[in-house]
Amino acid sequence: MRTPFRKTAGKVALWILTFVLMVIMCVPGLWVVLTAFRPNAEVLAKPPVWIPEDPGLTNFAKIFGFAADQVAIPVPSYFANSLIIALTSTAIALLIGMSGGYAFARYRFRFKNGIFLGLMLSRTVPGIALSLPVFIIWSKLGLIDTKPGLIIVYVALNVPFTIWLIDGFFRQIPKEMSEAAQVDGCTRWQAFWKIEFPLAKSGIASAGIFAFLTSWNEYALASNLTRSTDSKTLPVGLMDFTAQFTIDWAGMSAMAVIIIIPALILTFLVQKHLIAGLTFGGVKG
Amino acid sequence: MAEITLDKVVKRYGKLEVVHGIDLKIAHNEFVVLVGPSGCGKSTTLRMIAGLEDISDGAIRIGGDVVNDLPPRKRNISMVFQNYALYPHMSVRENLGFGLKIAKQDPKMIEERVAEAAETLGLDALLDRTPAELSGGQRQRVAMGRAIVRHPEAFLFDEPLSNLDAKLRVQMRTEIKKLHQKVKTTVVYVTHDQVEAMTLADRIVIMRDGNIEQVGTPMEVFDHPLNTFVASFIGSPPMNLLPATVRGGAVHFTDGKSLPVPSRLAGKVRDGQEVTFGLRPDDLTPQGHGIAEGGERAQMELEVILSEPLGTETILYTTIAGQEAQGKMYGPRPVSPGERLVFDVALEKAHLFDAATGRSVAAD
Ligand SMILES: Nc1ncnc2c1ncn2[C@@H]1O[C@H](COP(=O)(O)OP(=O)(O)OP(=O)(O)O)[C@@H](O)[C@H]1O
Ligand SMILES: [Mg+2]
Repeated sequence: MRTPFRKTAGKVALWILTFVLMVIMCVPGLWVVLTAFRPNAEVLAKPPVWIPEDPGLTNFAKIFGFAADQVAIPVPSYFANSLIIALTSTAIALLIGMSGGYAFARYRFRFKNGIFLGLMLSRTVPGIALSLPVFIIWSKLGLIDTKPGLIIVYVALNVPFTIWLIDGFFRQIPKEMSEAAQVDGCTRWQAFWKIEFPLAKSGIASAGIFAFLTSWNEYALASNLTRSTDSKTLPVGLMDFTAQFTIDWAGMSAMAVIIIIPALILTFLVQKHLIAGLTFGGVKG
Repeated sequence: MAEITLDKVVKRYGKLEVVHGIDLKIAHNEFVVLVGPSGCGKSTTLRMIAGLEDISDGAIRIGGDVVNDLPPRKRNISMVFQNYALYPHMSVRENLGFGLKIAKQDPKMIEERVAEAAETLGLDALLDRTPAELSGGQRQRVAMGRAIVRHPEAFLFDEPLSNLDAKLRVQMRTEIKKLHQKVKTTVVYVTHDQVEAMTLADRIVIMRDGNIEQVGTPMEVFDHPLNTFVASFIGSPPMNLLPATVRGGAVHFTDGKSLPVPSRLAGKVRDGQEVTFGLRPDDLTPQGHGIAEGGERAQMELEVILSEPLGTETILYTTIAGQEAQGKMYGPRPVSPGERLVFDVALEKAHLFDAATGRSVAAD
């Protein structure tokens, strides 16, 4: 017999568990955001101070060089590099992902399964394991500390996943849709853009967000392949806050907030395309 | 003018040949139904006509021109798919007008055509809905509407009714027939349902394993099946097919029973020939319970195993030569299992097929 009391207790326990899990996930992020608005001294205070006693934008001002006591960090350059590299590599990865995903979903060709498996397996190699070989090749090719150098690496990093995700979405679209469009007067190309692409849009948007965030947040490879404001990205720029013996945690947190914001904005913008369950109904119900 | 001609058309997938050189002539405005069991190549044939599958060998002509290498959009045909394939991101109106819009037609003209098609199919109230907001039958109608707005030279249907429930299927079947009478066009219609084929077709094409077994009007294929396959495929309940031997002008069954060879087939069989005796249930009726009395008849006393009353008639299950056979009782009275009845065999409607080849002896 389950008494009402027991039922309620179960529910409460579930809520507490959910709360604890959420706290574990969210507190570090929250700490970073709070720290961005407090002086460095307060960061290291014991016992810890949770709510900044005198919240202010000093840290941001310092980063951008408006404070007297610190050299400005070239945030605008880093920001521009990050944006250019992330957007370009995402665009290229999506283009390749779309063509590849479509090909895997619609065509039969030799070694199809082998190629697909190979693409997936390439993801099992951690990026950092490749950093030395990539570094050697890139330095021979003169790609070290260039934006194209990093863009190529990120495209390679993202393509398997975008192909896999987009392939899944095209697979969901019955091939009769494109055939109906062709009978209706479309070329194969028109049928793709007018029918299949709009239907796979949410998948392509998801793949785009993933690719963008991967590139935007990537640190390990970027830290090896970049040197200067020519190509340094925001995550690598975070290291500018470490000196030999001290770390400017507050400044680093402020920078982290700067990194997070565009990613959040983009995710919200694209999110409305992310309704996963496509409202089909074009086929039998 | 759009007659469609198939000339020794072959389809191979790699080494596997699935359509073996079929010939077919479809006249202008004719309603032709391709029928046959699953996997016999109906859809493949239709898709070759549409241009959605390459033709491995032979030629297809639409309105006289060889279209082998033309893409679907240049064949001036439209197609209704089994799963309808409506565009889910467009309203019914946009679905209907899509083909005309692609052809860059004048928006006013598109609107008129869409309105015309919507009226023909009773879709007026649904024009602003999306396919997801429609019932199965309504989607089916939109799919047909999309086919008619373009005024194509031919309609191709691939099992358009197989996703509907039984009642709606019968209703839509009638609508398709009406539609064809209204918008006179050549129609090629694929189904595996022989009732659909019989009721819709001007001519039926019966296919099996990538070959055409027989082409003819519904009555021709019903009354004169060329072989046992067609005989068993067309008609419901199916024709009784019983093994027998011809001896001394009579057909002898294995259980010792015999019937005279139908007089119209007398010259077509040899003594000692192994045959299959074909008789439709309608032609095996208890005395006094047939549809038409008179004609060439023989009698057989048979034991009724089971009876299935259907209202105006009752299906009677019996055995001849150890095989189950079905008869029909018109103006039925209750029959109890085990009852022995004298049946009338309408010999002028009976068929004889050569046991070895399965071909009708009347055909040679
Ligand atoms: N892409 C393909 N590759 C290989 N074989 C195929 C392909 N498409 C169809 N076939 C084969 O061709 C034969 C005919 O198929 P088809 O789809 O024309 O049959 P159908 O008569 O339409 O059957 P159904 O009533 O089940 O729709 C089948 O044996 C099928 O397995
Ligand atoms: Mg089929």
